[in-house]
Amino acid sequence: MTSMATRDAYGQALKILAEKNEKVVVLDADLSKSTKTADFLKVCPERFINVGIAEQNLMGIAAGLATTGKIPFASTFAMFATGRAYEIIRNSIGYPKLNVKVAATHAGLTVGEDGASHQAIEDISLMRSMPNMVVVNPADGVEAKAAILSAAEYVGPMYIRLGRSKVPTIFDENTYKFELGKGIVLSEGSDVSILATGNMVSKALEAAEELSKEGISARVINIHTIKPIDRELIVKAAKETGAIVTAEEHSVIGGLGSAVAEVLSEECPVMMRRIGVQDTYGESGDGDELMEKYGLTSNKIAEASRELVSKK
Amino acid sequence: MRDKKELQQIANGLRKDIIKMLCESKSGHPGGSLSACEILSVLYFDEMNIDPKNPNMEDRDRFVISKGHGAPVLYAALAERGYFPKEELKKLRKTGSMLQGHPDMKGTPGVDMSTGSLGQGFSAACGMAKSAKISNDDYRVYALLGDGETQEGIVWEAAMFAAHYGLDNLTAILDHNGLQIDGKNSDVMNISPIEKKFEAFGWNVIEADGHCIESIQNAIAKAKEAKGVPSIIIASTTKGRGVSFMENEAGWHGAAPSEEQRDEALEELRRCMQND
Repeated sequence: MTSMATRDAYGQALKILAEKNEKVVVLDADLSKSTKTADFLKVCPERFINVGIAEQNLMGIAAGLATTGKIPFASTFAMFATGRAYEIIRNSIGYPKLNVKVAATHAGLTVGEDGASHQAIEDISLMRSMPNMVVVNPADGVEAKAAILSAAEYVGPMYIRLGRSKVPTIFDENTYKFELGKGIVLSEGSDVSILATGNMVSKALEAAEELSKEGISARVINIHTIKPIDRELIVKAAKETGAIVTAEEHSVIGGLGSAVAEVLSEECPVMMRRIGVQDTYGESGDGDELMEKYGLTSNKIAEASRELVSKK
Repeated sequence: MRDKKELQQIANGLRKDIIKMLCESKSGHPGGSLSACEILSVLYFDEMNIDPKNPNMEDRDRFVISKGHGAPVLYAALAERGYFPKEELKKLRKTGSMLQGHPDMKGTPGVDMSTGSLGQGFSAACGMAKSAKISNDDYRVYALLGDGETQEGIVWEAAMFAAHYGLDNLTAILDHNGLQIDGKNSDVMNISPIEKKFEAFGWNVIEADGHCIESIQNAIAKAKEAKGVPSIIIASTTKGRGVSFMENEAGWHGAAPSEEQRDEALEELRRCMQND
């Protein structure tokens, strides 16, 4: 199976946008080699802006650029984008509904060895609760690239969550089509639905395969857009399978699990389990080991699914 | 250039509108609005290339009131300039009004950037100026900062940025009235020597009397001459200027006048306009 980091896809997409859309401006805060905006710098230095180590100003400058018709992609690590610069994003980008794309890399536990200070596991929650903000969390490189190209077409503030580590490629670049706000059913199933986002999507597929060996039919849905969330697809899954498991590389508070629970509690309450970081900080370590230690695995997804099916 | 006397009369007229609208809404920030009346009079009635009939004209000069609590002086200037009927001023801060407590670019014609959280407008103004450099547009960007506002870290991130990218199409104006909510700048958190700080950050620093039309006009002219560097006009002002019981009183940063106080203030401003 091929694999690719979503941040690498970001760099590739930016190179395409450099040629395709002259309104696109890329900003970074001294992390261009890590966030892959350096790929854009190489081909389009005149529309690349390094603001230095100043994430608040990164967002303020992006807001100013957007008021004049530019399409700024403001990039830094997810922790600093959504944490340090939260209020600038809220008041200078979200509130005036400016056309800024906050492209945040190194999200989640898989940033790894840098440890808890760098592991953004509340970013989806922070961005999701902000009016006007669209939140996208791609599952693989193909989806990330398509999402970023699509972001340049969408007019309004958008948060795009990207990862540091390689993730298995799920989609075929030749056939994949990104549709904002629409979940993707990756495998049909009738006993339980696993709703996953980001790098947990491939793990959800592994879990479903495991479950099928035991005779449990699991539906796997990729929720790449956390906001606006695909209510229709979620309710349909709940009605048809009667049990929902969510999986995300994020705190179980405020992210995909919470978003899905909100929809279900209002429209179709069913049994539910949330796989994610259990209200704790991360730590330094190898990304895969951390995912194991904090319970973000296909085994945990399968376990939660089994439990729900047995209770039905 | 417009007649100085006429611009001074406009400034005094803005003061009257500020007092009236704050009394009407029973809330708002008079002190830092009254201190900036001459500055906005010069910008909106003499200096900036703008068109009230076409507020979003692409090549217009931009004005960002980074000290967003100065909204009343901005609204008074916009209404006077014809962006919207003066009647709207009566609805300041009221539910459903287009005149929010702090400027909202989506709600009010002529507002170039939503502000209110200090320092953010300045950063956005730098982004606007940088945008013009990228696409070779020749509009200019003006940002009005409060002196207390310079205590925010983002101000210095933006100041560093503007100098680094040589944004000579950007002119910042510091409304230096020396007071903030909790008292004097020098007591709360000393910003002095503010001129030297901006100089050290690579800015062209120009000093001006913020209540003298000619001094502001000269300072803006000097700022436009500077090439390759952003300019800041340190405008010495008096908080609450023009209403003697408000002048130099930190308590009038964010308090509305009663009807009696309004009448007293308007009477003083009327006498002042007759004398000018």
